[in-house]
Amino acid sequence: MVYTPNTEAQRQEMIDAMGLKTLEDLYREVPASVRDPKIDLPAPLSEPELLGEMRRLSELNADAAHYATFLGAGAYNHFSPSVVYRIMSRSEFLTAYTPYQPELSQGTLQQIYEFQTLVCQLTGMDVANASMYDAASALGEAAVMASTITRRKSVIVSPKTHPEHKAVLRTYASNHGIEVIERDANIQQASDLGEDVACVIVQQPNYLGEIRDLTGLADTVHEAGAMLIIVFDPISLGMLKSPGELDADIAIGEGQSLGVPLQFGGPYLGLLATKDKYVRQMPGRLAGMTKDTEGRRGFVLTLQTREQHIRREKATSNICTNEGLMAVAATAYMSLMGPQGLKRIADICYQRSHYLAKRIAALPGYEIISREPFFKEFAVKAPLPPAELNRRLMEYKIVGGLDISKTPEADNTDNAWLLCVTELNSKEQLDRLVSALKEISS
Amino acid sequence: MDNPRDYKYTKEHEWAKLDGDTVTMGVTNYAATQLGDMVYVDMPAVGTKVSQGDAIGALESVKAAADFYSPLSGEVLERNERLLDEPGAINSDPFTDGWFVKITPSNISELDALMSAEEYDEFEKSQG
Amino acid sequence: MSIEPLIFDLSSPGRIGFSLPQVDMDEAPPLDAKYLREELDMPEVSEIDVMRHFVRLSQKNYSIDTGFYPLGSCTMKYNPKLHEDVAIMPGWAHIHPYLPEECAQGALQVQCELQDMLGQISGMDSVSLQPAAGAHGEFTGILMIRAYHRSRGDADRDIILVPDSAHGTNPATAAAAGFKMISLKSSKEGSVDLDALKGALSERIAGMMLTVPSTLGLFEPDILKISKMVHDAGGLMYGDGANLNALVGHIRPGDLGFDVMHINLHKTFTTPHGGGGPGSGPVACKAILAPFLPSPTVEKRDDKFAFTYSDKSIGRVKNFWGNFGMHVRAYTYIRHLGLPGLQRVSEDAIINANYIRANLSGTYHLPYDRICMHEVVLSGKNIKQETGIRTLDIAKRLIDYGMHPPTVYFPLIVEEALMIEPTETESKETLDAFIHAMKEIAREAREDPDMVHSAPHTTELSRLDEVTAAREPNLRWRRPGDKSDEEITRAKAS
Repeated sequence: MVYTPNTEAQRQEMIDAMGLKTLEDLYREVPASVRDPKIDLPAPLSEPELLGEMRRLSELNADAAHYATFLGAGAYNHFSPSVVYRIMSRSEFLTAYTPYQPELSQGTLQQIYEFQTLVCQLTGMDVANASMYDAASALGEAAVMASTITRRKSVIVSPKTHPEHKAVLRTYASNHGIEVIERDANIQQASDLGEDVACVIVQQPNYLGEIRDLTGLADTVHEAGAMLIIVFDPISLGMLKSPGELDADIAIGEGQSLGVPLQFGGPYLGLLATKDKYVRQMPGRLAGMTKDTEGRRGFVLTLQTREQHIRREKATSNICTNEGLMAVAATAYMSLMGPQGLKRIADICYQRSHYLAKRIAALPGYEIISREPFFKEFAVKAPLPPAELNRRLMEYKIVGGLDISKTPEADNTDNAWLLCVTELNSKEQLDRLVSALKEISS
Repeated sequence: MDNPRDYKYTKEHEWAKLDGDTVTMGVTNYAATQLGDMVYVDMPAVGTKVSQGDAIGALESVKAAADFYSPLSGEVLERNERLLDEPGAINSDPFTDGWFVKITPSNISELDALMSAEEYDEFEKSQG
Repeated sequence: MSIEPLIFDLSSPGRIGFSLPQVDMDEAPPLDAKYLREELDMPEVSEIDVMRHFVRLSQKNYSIDTGFYPLGSCTMKYNPKLHEDVAIMPGWAHIHPYLPEECAQGALQVQCELQDMLGQISGMDSVSLQPAAGAHGEFTGILMIRAYHRSRGDADRDIILVPDSAHGTNPATAAAAGFKMISLKSSKEGSVDLDALKGALSERIAGMMLTVPSTLGLFEPDILKISKMVHDAGGLMYGDGANLNALVGHIRPGDLGFDVMHINLHKTFTTPHGGGGPGSGPVACKAILAPFLPSPTVEKRDDKFAFTYSDKSIGRVKNFWGNFGMHVRAYTYIRHLGLPGLQRVSEDAIINANYIRANLSGTYHLPYDRICMHEVVLSGKNIKQETGIRTLDIAKRLIDYGMHPPTVYFPLIVEEALMIEPTETESKETLDAFIHAMKEIAREAREDPDMVHSAPHTTELSRLDEVTAAREPNLRWRRPGDKSDEEITRAKAS
């Protein structure tokens, strides 16, 4: 067998060395009634056969390398430079365990420290952890964290937050007796908030791509004794005010856009950053800088007593994974892009999405329903059901937008269609979509 | 390090010492040694009402954490703010500078149920 | 090797590491200043700086592809390179999660068939691939148990039983899901103590979390009795699938009486650990719990694969459909090995662990003298008594022999524990080298304890000061002299 190197002779030799006779002797504590049941699995395939089969199956999917893709809504088709994949596929990053042995893991530990710093720089926050599963679960953890800090039991979430984020938030909150209230975050004064509100959650840009004016929101929320959680799109921070500048207490983001491929929804990585004063209540792993016995600089996992393997039932969270490899990708990506690259991508998204929106708005029967300013996504009211549009667009090698008809996020609008434009949607692709829509609706 | 004779002790390795109207509480040298170098202390706010046996705070070393169970009931009068900067005081002087909180006891008779120094010496030995 | 500068130290203003299109149009209204960020202070480095920096960092890591990694409970087996080549095919890597179902039939087929295959392997009826990691799967499974009891109007069940040998995630999960946790002491043979279990059972028991084989690497001979006792008390059995590598292909948790379990794809089904993730923790359950699985799951209807939703579902635990990139790898692995290959996996994992047990039990204390499964737990307490050298020192010294140390000080119930999981992908020759190293270290502990105590000697850094790291956390780089640094200094001075 390819991944089990011991030969039959070696296996027997080893069993002999234990003073046993056959393999069967190793199973003597297992009740006979549960041994070797019928298990129905496909017959094994060799490596070349399997490569062929997996390629065949993969080609049944409409991938963004072959189709102009206008889907967004929390997973984005951004460009990832070749260097990012080369680095994340290095054996020493790919096949290492969690860096519990610092002497053997300085590479991963330093990379996490750099990742934490880059996330802080991007978000304008004081401290970030080594990453969470994804933005949705990070948001759930953040709400629990805010409830723990404020000792309050309800959270307000803006209705135009990603519906799956809200769904995961509800799952987490319900286990902690936290009530989730959907309410517009356009809060004018502290008395608009109840005394039991732990935090206010807003997504910027929101689910419809709209950029909201969040000036002063933090002051109002703080005056009410609550915390402000901003859910951000890391790509937008090449341009938009950071959660730190807006005085958010916790910033949550989906890090997938930072060099991680779409791969049908995961693995991605949740970004979580906060203020220094909340570091002890923050869930997730942290790397810190320290010195060895000779005074040389090194890194360790630190503040581990917050975590499950030590605190057990009293841990800040049961999480014991970060998205290590995805964080490697994001670290390399942010390093390559730097401030100029991130600004460039944000500018391209902003310009090209407006180019497309203008031309779609000029088509008969189409109306833009996202309010200006929007960033890279916008919602359209179409003259046909989006499902039908998307089906017809496949003939043009186009993956259309997301059907959000009659959803509360789209104010229950009929034929609502959420489109996303990134730097990978060339002008040619935008024009192709517009002319295809013209043909389809004529 | 000897366990002071005029203190009272719990099975959770905390001590309590009566001074006039207040009781000072902390952890014993045994507990400090078991936990190792202390890195962080979580203390209750002044004014918090505490009951005997409640987990009212926590002590953290690099790889271990332990709850602080209040030896007595009462109201927190003062916290040892010094521990926030120098948690190591718990390791160096657990019975003096490393005290945890002072409380105004609500039921001083609870003190009688705690172990004497002699009893605690024996108890400590039995812990191996 | 020398100290690698931080990426921030390599930065030079104006340097560029990207190649992107120009902003070639002016279509959008200018944004008001109130929306715009004022500064973005991030490193500016070239492509070669980045490549070399991260390659040099990678060289400071130990990995499975570097050498033997017998980290107990973590199943550090070889990660086939085939899986990586499959995962980057554009039809897997570059597909959007919201593709219309008819445009993602390949992806849905993989998910549907992986659900079925994991169901077959675990002896369960239904599977959700949504949880992102083992602990996340645990959390999901415990929520399902709660939902089940509530659906029957049995909402007063608020206690989860967890043996004292359990992974730390078990009690953390029970608490995170809002349950009270009762810890059960193990018997002197290292198994569940049936009397203790009997005493703990009541009408308040929601369920029991159990790892089979246990974290001691031991099969639970009374497992059928235990399941029956818990079921008779109205509780459900949660299986921690962390140790499925010992069972795969030969024994199914579903047949042992478990009602719901998680499966760590990064352990048994060898998706790469990635320096601490991504994991993937599908949840498998019996039919009675199937309605409560996170939605959606995938099913085949009229030759088409489609998502299906249940109204009794506990809800979402993750956005989209789980860590699909890991599903593709695990699917590839199962189709590569088939049943005969998987059976060989668990057999060789057990042979390898017992071979180490048999060869080291004379040198190190063996707390439970039984046949073990896929891992063996030894204790360094005899060495500590004799020489003062602790298990931590032994672990650090092993680094000098070019090997990754085993898990130490876990399970908590074994003094000076050394938890060794060799996995099936290691050859007898590698195991012999490990056994030799462990015997040498025991000898060194007697002859030259100071040398062992100050190990490792061959690494770039010696032992690191974790106390200062935790007392004065330095969790990020700051530009020298930046405002926040001054604030910190001021705060310290006052």
